[in-house]
Amino acid sequence: MNVLSVKNLKAWFSDHYIVKNISLEYPEKTISAIIGPSGCGKSTYIRCLNRIHEEVSGARAEGSVHLLGKNIYGVGVDPVRLRKNIGMVFQKPNPFPSMSIFENVVIGLKLQGMTQKGKLMEAAEVCLKKAALWNEVKDKLHHLGTSLSGGQQQRLCIARALAVNPPVLLMDEPTSALDPIASAKIEELMLELKNEYTVVVVTHNMQQAARIADFTSFFILGELIEHGASSDIFTNPKNQKTEDYISGRFG
Amino acid sequence: MKISNREDAVSLFLMKTMAALVVAMLFALILLLFKVSLPAIKTFGFKFITSTEWNPVEDRFGALSFIFGTCLTSTLALLMAAPLSIGVALFINEVLPKRLGNLLALFVEMIASIPSIVFGLWGLFFLAPWIKTLAAPWLKLHFGFLPFFNGPSFGIGFLTASLILAVMITPTITSVCREVFKAIPPLQKEAALALGATRYETLKIAVLSPSLSGIVGAIVLGFGRAVGETMAVAMVIGNSATISASLFSPGATMASVIANEYPEASGLQISSLCFVGLLLFFITIFINGLARTIIWRGQNKWRRV
Amino acid sequence: MKKYYYYLLRKLKNIIFHLALYTCATIVLLPLFLIIKYVMTKGISSINWNFFVQMPKPVGEIGGGMAHAIAGTIYMVTVAGLIAIPVGLTCGIYLAEYGQGKLARTLRFCVDLLSGVPSIIVGIFTYALIVMPFKTFSAFAGGTGLSIIMLPIIVKSTEEILKLVPDHIREAGLALGLPRWKVIYYIVFKGSLSGIVTGIVLAIARAGGETAPLLFTALSATHLSFNLTEPMASLPVQIYNYAISPFASWQEQAWAGAVVLIALVLGLNLTAKAIVHRQIFYPYLQKMILVLGLEKRKNI
Repeated sequence: MNVLSVKNLKAWFSDHYIVKNISLEYPEKTISAIIGPSGCGKSTYIRCLNRIHEEVSGARAEGSVHLLGKNIYGVGVDPVRLRKNIGMVFQKPNPFPSMSIFENVVIGLKLQGMTQKGKLMEAAEVCLKKAALWNEVKDKLHHLGTSLSGGQQQRLCIARALAVNPPVLLMDEPTSALDPIASAKIEELMLELKNEYTVVVVTHNMQQAARIADFTSFFILGELIEHGASSDIFTNPKNQKTEDYISGRFG
Repeated sequence: MKISNREDAVSLFLMKTMAALVVAMLFALILLLFKVSLPAIKTFGFKFITSTEWNPVEDRFGALSFIFGTCLTSTLALLMAAPLSIGVALFINEVLPKRLGNLLALFVEMIASIPSIVFGLWGLFFLAPWIKTLAAPWLKLHFGFLPFFNGPSFGIGFLTASLILAVMITPTITSVCREVFKAIPPLQKEAALALGATRYETLKIAVLSPSLSGIVGAIVLGFGRAVGETMAVAMVIGNSATISASLFSPGATMASVIANEYPEASGLQISSLCFVGLLLFFITIFINGLARTIIWRGQNKWRRV
Repeated sequence: MKKYYYYLLRKLKNIIFHLALYTCATIVLLPLFLIIKYVMTKGISSINWNFFVQMPKPVGEIGGGMAHAIAGTIYMVTVAGLIAIPVGLTCGIYLAEYGQGKLARTLRFCVDLLSGVPSIIVGIFTYALIVMPFKTFSAFAGGTGLSIIMLPIIVKSTEEILKLVPDHIREAGLALGLPRWKVIYYIVFKGSLSGIVTGIVLAIARAGGETAPLLFTALSATHLSFNLTEPMASLPVQIYNYAISPFASWQEQAWAGAVVLIALVLGLNLTAKAIVHRQIFYPYLQKMILVLGLEKRKNI
């Protein structure tokens, strides 16, 4: 059974039809990338997977998304509770202002009720190690989250998302605001995370998808054009538009 | 957005209730203001605005002298304060280096935070005697042929009140002007400089002309502030319901007469004072609304460009 | 040749312009320094310990103070704060987080309206709302009047500060599976505390200096009391009453009161500024604390 299974997902912003009937499967412990030209609904699509899309006024979505067998768009599902099972990392690193590094990492746990200092410290250490940030911040856990560099802040956000232990991690262009060295570090991290989590990443950078993703989906204007193993998509695309995009004829 | 979560629905409900309460309270207050003014409205009607008689003994009241006083002092204050404030705003934003500019801005804001009563004290014990002994004789000597400077000066009066008002509204006009000037993209100024303009010309072309509506809005806002100012004016204007062309004459404004007479008033006088307050309230709303429309429209023009 | 003269003329205009600006700044600053100097010189002589702890003495007797007025101001501003701060914060948060609907726009309009109302009209409002129904002047009425003054300041500054928090921070909170109210309270609100506190401090400074709303609501009193249902003295009203009285000794007390009032109000305003600019301010504060030996050196 696939961890995440999307069937006939459609999404709108008021009257604008953005995500056009997408169906995709995400196997366990893999990285799947979504590529395509700007403004084609990639971000909207991924934001539907944790139902954060509908928090904007005028936005709505239809279809079914099965997380570990349960449809998150089913009747009676509380989006707030569901989001504890899907983590999200955003385009711009956004540690919470005026909170320390430690507080940023454990905020998800704290607000779900865990209060014992010892347990929180443990969890923080585990997550920061997973995010490959522990060694750099273990001496300054009580410094402000925003005092870190851009790349470190993004890893902090990854640690924060991992703290609540979601099986799936959604990443919306996580390296587009970072310099090449920081980006490379994040890509390394993603390859490591693959061993424990299922990752879906939207990226503007085809080469990044080719480097790290097992599967790649190609979107244009909210429609799924082609999907398959990354090696296939990049060396032997079946659709002419895919080939055009990959060889740079548009995009 | 959908509220699918019960906790969120409850918290939103509480917030909405609070908001509704505040709105309701404001309406209640306005209605109350009408209610207490009703006796005077019924007795005097429209004549209230055209009569200058203010006779507590015989219960005959008219607000014209106060309307005159408010208009005179506020307009005079504006004439004095507007050029100075715009100049200071330009000075802080465009001429001074950043640190000095911030220091000067701090001082100007300090003027705004001095309580009105302290201005009144200073006006009563320092400015009034100064005007009586130095300024008034000088003005009468050099400009005595003008009707503005006739008559004896006791220090208190329209001129003193206008001077104090001018000081008090300067920070308002300055801060709004500064915001307006800050909104000009530096590109415009650089374009002018690249053409070889002096700083004066750059500012005239690239800053002052496009900001004209914003400056007007700032001035109107300052006018609104002057119209509503109470304590400082009450202490230096003399509390006399007179209309006079002489700036040395004592007088009263709508705000000052309420402050001066309300505590000891009773019966129809209270109602008349509340009627004056009602008029003042609507005038202030109108002026502030006008100012905001002017500034808002001016800013929208920028966005189109 | 003509071109050169024209060029000189432009230069001259430029110089005159700059001179004019310097003059403007001087004229504008003059009253500020005059007022502060005048108030200080006249009032400092009457400031002594008695001023802060004694009640006023009858005319002719030396001494006496404004303890009741100072206490009254603190008391009524506290009452005003207890009303205005919760209401103001709630409304500010509502406007910043849910600010598009009809109710929100109406609220914003009402708050803008309220912020432009002259303080004497607030006095009439309070008179009609509280003094008339209960048929008595009271400290409670005074506190209510001051709260009407404080409310728009707190609402507007809270809304402005919260709107500065970028949306993706809120989304990060939502993405962690937090309900919206927790995102608003624990992340957005707590993260902007310094700005919000600044707004509240400014509102308190404004309320403490207001005279008109208290003139015919809390009236005045000659004794110290903490009774909400009776008239209460306040610093600005006391200064006013003494200033317009014909007694020189009382006028001196008015000056002393003015010194205290200005110190209080300016002090609060500068505190607010310091909170906002604390990155610049804290190093100096830390150095001062070190110098005064009040704190052991910590590893920074």
